[in-house]
Amino acid sequence: MNPGKILLVEDNPDDVALTLRALKSNNITNDVIIAEDGAKALDYLFGADGGTGPEDPPAVVLLDLKLPKVNGLEVLRRIRSDERTRLLPVVILTSSDEERDVIDGYSLGANSYVRKPVDFVEFTQAAKQLGLYWLLMNRPPPTPRR
Amino acid sequence: MSLRDWPIKRKLTAIFLLISGLVLLLTSAAFVTYQVVAFRQTTLKNLSTLGRVIAANSTASLAFANEMDAREILSALRAEPHVVAAGLYDKDGRLFARYPPELPRDALPGAPERDGYRFELGYLIGLEPVAEVGNPRLGTLYLKSDMKAVSRALWLSAAIGAGVMTVSLLAAYFLAALLQGWISQPILALAETAGAVSTRQDYSVRAPKLGEDELGTLTDAFNQMLGRIEDQDRELRRHATDLEQRVEKRTHELQERNEALRRNAAELLAANQELDAFAYSVSHDLRAPLRSIDGFSQVLLEDYAEQLDEAGRDSLRRVRAASQRMGTLIDDLLKLARVTRVEMRSELVDLSGMARDIAAELQRTDAGRQVEFVIAPGLNARADPPLLRVALENLLRNSWKYTAKQPRPRVEFGSIEANGGQAFLVRDNGAGFDMKYMDKLFGVFQRLHSAAEFEGTGVGLATVRRIITRHGGRIWAEGAVDQGATFYFTL
Repeated sequence: MNPGKILLVEDNPDDVALTLRALKSNNITNDVIIAEDGAKALDYLFGADGGTGPEDPPAVVLLDLKLPKVNGLEVLRRIRSDERTRLLPVVILTSSDEERDVIDGYSLGANSYVRKPVDFVEFTQAAKQLGLYWLLMNRPPPTPRR
Repeated sequence: MSLRDWPIKRKLTAIFLLISGLVLLLTSAAFVTYQVVAFRQTTLKNLSTLGRVIAANSTASLAFANEMDAREILSALRAEPHVVAAGLYDKDGRLFARYPPELPRDALPGAPERDGYRFELGYLIGLEPVAEVGNPRLGTLYLKSDMKAVSRALWLSAAIGAGVMTVSLLAAYFLAALLQGWISQPILALAETAGAVSTRQDYSVRAPKLGEDELGTLTDAFNQMLGRIEDQDRELRRHATDLEQRVEKRTHELQERNEALRRNAAELLAANQELDAFAYSVSHDLRAPLRSIDGFSQVLLEDYAEQLDEAGRDSLRRVRAASQRMGTLIDDLLKLARVTRVEMRSELVDLSGMARDIAAELQRTDAGRQVEFVIAPGLNARADPPLLRVALENLLRNSWKYTAKQPRPRVEFGSIEANGGQAFLVRDNGAGFDMKYMDKLFGVFQRLHSAAEFEGTGVGLATVRRIITRHGGRIWAEGAVDQGATFYFTL
């Protein structure tokens, strides 16, 4: 398994728990960093108060759209506009099925858009497929040298 | 300026003068002619008298051939200055004596002509026979008188005539000038009034009536006409003002209505936008708890399967089923709302092709089932493609669903003539419905079957109806229990 980390940006603690469980039940044991809102996500990626951010950026970001403080699309925009994280794979994982959100997400450079199903069994399936794909099959971009 | 264009005054005066002049001319001419004729007659009479007298006195001289006597007698003609020549001829016609004595011989005729008095070449010639009463003729007296008297008389009377005529004409002119006013004044007054009315557009003036004659009648008629015009003019003005007021009022009303419409439109827009935001948050916020309910129920099922008996597990399964169903309901409701919100385009859509696609997709998703699709080719209509696709999908999926229990399911898509237009239909030979419940067919969440018989949220047909209504069309259905259903729609 790719040692890469997963950055899960999700404000709903239930969803966090279920996602973690879904990943675990599929034997995806990578580290999962949780950011409960957009600001915390940005802090992690770019370092709080002008810090340098993590040594090795996450292999994939699972990004919810409706977040307090800084919403998902804004986070995405910031990720894509910074040289350090421009190529970072971002998967939008959200309840919203609105066409507008899909368009905005892709326009801002998301790699993928997945709608969270209500059915947990389906959700577990989705998590498994996401994990297998992004952590195993997908080749992440090289870490930009500092 | 032609005669017709002369002012009336001048015309009347001219007429008077013409008539008076003509009358005077004729009268004068008659007068003068009379004078001349009378004077000639008088002259002739005078000369003949003179001739007879002289002739009577000359008998002795002729009888005794006394030239000197004869001359003397003739010289008595001096008394009459108008006699310019006279001569006595003896009975043989030879000139015996002449007057005046120095008169040249050829001034007198050689031999006397016939007797009588006549006018010749501007002179009065008289030949009087000289004879004693009862005796043979002794000779002839020749008298020649000029017409100067007559001419003078002529000139005199002509002058008098001319003088009278001039004075009369002048008098006539002045009288005419005075009296023509009698006729022309009313006419002029009328003309002036008319002129004033026409230039100043003042219909309140009236022409003065100056008599009961035809002009009076004309004036009356004219005044009446003016009165009517004045009334009509007033009416017209009143109507115009009235109309203006009404137009203004209407414009005002229109403006207000436009304002109201604008406000309504703005409100609608705001409402739509609110709906947008609402739908958006619904799709997010309502589903998250459902996910938790379903998810943790599943967790319970998985992790605590041994602690739970079958009833417990069943309860959890029901919980999961319920929350998933709610998720579907929310999705369907969102689709319905979206149908209303979305902007519509108008394009020519190939309905047959669309139906075939949907049929193929249905077949793919449930490959186990064999359903016969009969799709009429070449059906087109003007519609919004994505919305119409949703409608057709709903209808065909319904048919697909409700024929699940049929041994030989058949779904048909075609068109018929209805009410002078084209109507499309989707027919199946599935479970059908009782026509008694037709009203409920298109209601939101209304179902005519339980979820155990056929799954569904009861929103599909409501969605279809909303789509068809947005296209300005109609949708209706026919069916019988277990004999299939047919849904008709127009666009």
